[in-house]
Amino acid sequence: MAKNIVEFRNLKTYFYTEEGVVKAVNDVSFSIREGETVCVVGESGCGKSVTALSLMRLIQSPPGKIEGGEIIFDGRDVLKLSEAEMRKIRGNEIGMIFQEPMTSLNPVLTIGEQLMEPLMVHKFMSKKEAWNKAIELIKQVGIPRAEQIMTSYPHELSGGMRQRIMIAIALSCDPKLLIADEPTTALDVTIQAQILDLLRKIKQERNMALMLITHDLGIVAEMADYVVVMYAGKVIEEAPVRELFKNPKHPYTRGLLKAKPIIGKRQDKLYTIPGQVPNPIGLGNYCYFSDRCEYAMDICRQKIPQLTADENGHKVACWLYEGEWKK
Amino acid sequence: MSEPLIEVKNLKKYFPIRGGVLQRTIGYVKAVDGVTFTINKGETLSLVGESGCGKSTVGRTIIRLYDKTDGEVFYKSIPIHSLKKSELRKLRPKIQLVFQDPFSSLNPRLRVGDAIGEALLDHGLISKNELRDKVIETLEICGLAPYHIDRYPHEFSGGQRQRIGIARALILDPEFIVLDEPVSSLDVSIQAQIINLLMDLQQQKGLTYLFISHDLSVVEHISTRVAVMYLGSIVEMAARDELFDHPLHPYTQALLSAVPIPDPDLKRERIILEGDIPSPANPPKGCKFHTRCPIAKDICREQIPEYKDVGGGHFVACHLV
Ligand SMILES: Nc1ncnc2c1ncn2[C@@H]1O[C@H](COP(=O)(O)OP(=O)(O)OP(=O)(O)O)[C@@H](O)[C@H]1O
Ligand SMILES: Nc1ncnc2c1ncn2[C@@H]1O[C@H](COP(=O)(O)OP(=O)(O)OP(=O)(O)O)[C@@H](O)[C@H]1O
Ligand code: SF4
Ligand code: SF4
Ligand SMILES: [Mg+2]
Ligand SMILES: [Mg+2]
Repeated sequence: MAKNIVEFRNLKTYFYTEEGVVKAVNDVSFSIREGETVCVVGESGCGKSVTALSLMRLIQSPPGKIEGGEIIFDGRDVLKLSEAEMRKIRGNEIGMIFQEPMTSLNPVLTIGEQLMEPLMVHKFMSKKEAWNKAIELIKQVGIPRAEQIMTSYPHELSGGMRQRIMIAIALSCDPKLLIADEPTTALDVTIQAQILDLLRKIKQERNMALMLITHDLGIVAEMADYVVVMYAGKVIEEAPVRELFKNPKHPYTRGLLKAKPIIGKRQDKLYTIPGQVPNPIGLGNYCYFSDRCEYAMDICRQKIPQLTADENGHKVACWLYEGEWKK
Repeated sequence: MSEPLIEVKNLKKYFPIRGGVLQRTIGYVKAVDGVTFTINKGETLSLVGESGCGKSTVGRTIIRLYDKTDGEVFYKSIPIHSLKKSELRKLRPKIQLVFQDPFSSLNPRLRVGDAIGEALLDHGLISKNELRDKVIETLEICGLAPYHIDRYPHEFSGGQRQRIGIARALILDPEFIVLDEPVSSLDVSIQAQIINLLMDLQQQKGLTYLFISHDLSVVEHISTRVAVMYLGSIVEMAARDELFDHPLHPYTQALLSAVPIPDPDLKRERIILEGDIPSPANPPKGCKFHTRCPIAKDICREQIPEYKDVGGGHFVACHLV
């Protein structure tokens, strides 16, 4: 089995706000193997982006702070590296596509300049070499007229093209891991299909690991090898993709799968999960899903369930499965 | 039999493009370029299509938030765009709009109760001392609690804000509501709550909806009929089951095949369209889809395909159908 490229171990990332402490990432552990696609899913605000940004050490401080845990990337704990060492990893060994495509390209630099910079900084290429490599990358992400694109500015490109350029930049230094945070949320379905196709193709060619953050279960089913489900700052379930869709265990995961209308499967009424996600400030010692859960028991309101694996390695944090663990 | 509540006839809405030092009109964005359809009483007609294809513009022009460029819209045979402003104002409560994010349209300093009741008072449809009860009743119908009435917009979650947006329209006792991406910004677990609410309200009150969305799985769930738009025109329209089971237009087929389905074992033949959506300021000649159509022929580049009924109210505009 391939070895882990990244391991989150008990990561805690908090934000200190006026209203109180937001435990955005609250004791999160999971790993991604070399060449594997791991999808991180969950509702808005559950901590997906903060998990990724912690790995990149891009948490804005204040108000944010990584309060505990380790993130082992390729054998090193990135939380212990100096900023200079971190810069060698960022955009080089780890590529990242950010959630807001509009804000992540520099509007005053040409596409060519933005593609060539990391190549010259990290790979010590000459201007000529970087230019040629940039052209190659633009072609690889499926944009015609590469030379013309090199001298264009971001606003001259469509949303889909900008997202392809973001992918090209993230791939430029042959990263071992690509983090893609909602890479297609802002795009139309036909353009989304193009981008997902591209990501799949590139991943195969390069044997690169992919951490794909999304809230779309359709995308998860299509792209993931392994799925991590988060809720209110915690991982509440994780499993290989088939296992998760066939045999979801956590009431929240099950609810999510039932609540989504599916094309081709008409039903009269949608299943709904009542209520809404809890206020992230001041959560106590109980299952954070308990006020929305139809199976909630007394213990659920008294103790946080821990993430525990069954014999197949399917992990869930829910008191319903306590009996199973004891067996 | 179903009777038409809204009839849209060859509706056009062009936005001027200005340029040069004098800011003269140098062209037009043909956002809506001649659409024709009816919406029957009590049904949900959905408009789908990619960003910029003109869905919101259709919705807004139908209820005359935008003046038309050409064509007409009839509400119970009343020509909406020919009404005097005072006549239109009387009609307003009956034809309502719910936005994607009602938060941006809510005044942050106005209590939610006042925001919901505002229009009722404006239209003189209620007296001040009856208002509070009416607002509370509407809040409850929309799944909110009476104590929410004195809260401010920022104290609500996305799903609750959408309920406020619906309450604001509903309190006027409308017959027709344009729902412009009402669940697009919400999480799956909250989306389902709002969709069920909309469908329940429709049943109880016999409401008629124009439902605008780019999410085809939601559209399949909620619609009676579906119209697919591309660059300002409707390219296909049919009853829900007919459209999803037998899509005829190559664009509809590509759109449907592009939707990711939450089943990892399902392997589908996917039609990946090449290229980007052309600008509506300068749409391709002939069939506007020919630049991306996988089966385009010579005729498609020259002649505009006729929009015709191929049987049983299934309309399609394609030379090869
Ligand atoms: N700079 C910040 N200051 C204060 N709180 C923050 C900050 N950044 C994130 N948070 C909080 O941390 C939590 C997790 O946020 P995060 O961005 O990781 O969510 P997410 O899962 O990526 O959601 P989405 O799907 O909306 O992108 C949220 O409660 C958010 O409000
Ligand atoms: N007020 C306006 N002034 C000028 N152009 C406009 C205006 N409103 C819309 N447009 C243009 O008209 C076209 C159709 O826009 P519209 O908002 O109707 O699209 P849409 O289908 O609702 O897209 P989306 O899915 O992104 O909401 C676009 O090219 C848009 O830029
Ligand atoms: S621990 Fe209890 S409340 Fe939480 S998901 Fe499981 S059954 Fe529901
Ligand atoms: S008319 Fe031609 S280009 Fe247009 S959709 Fe039909 S086959 Fe394609
Ligand atoms: Mg995020
Ligand atoms: Mg719109």
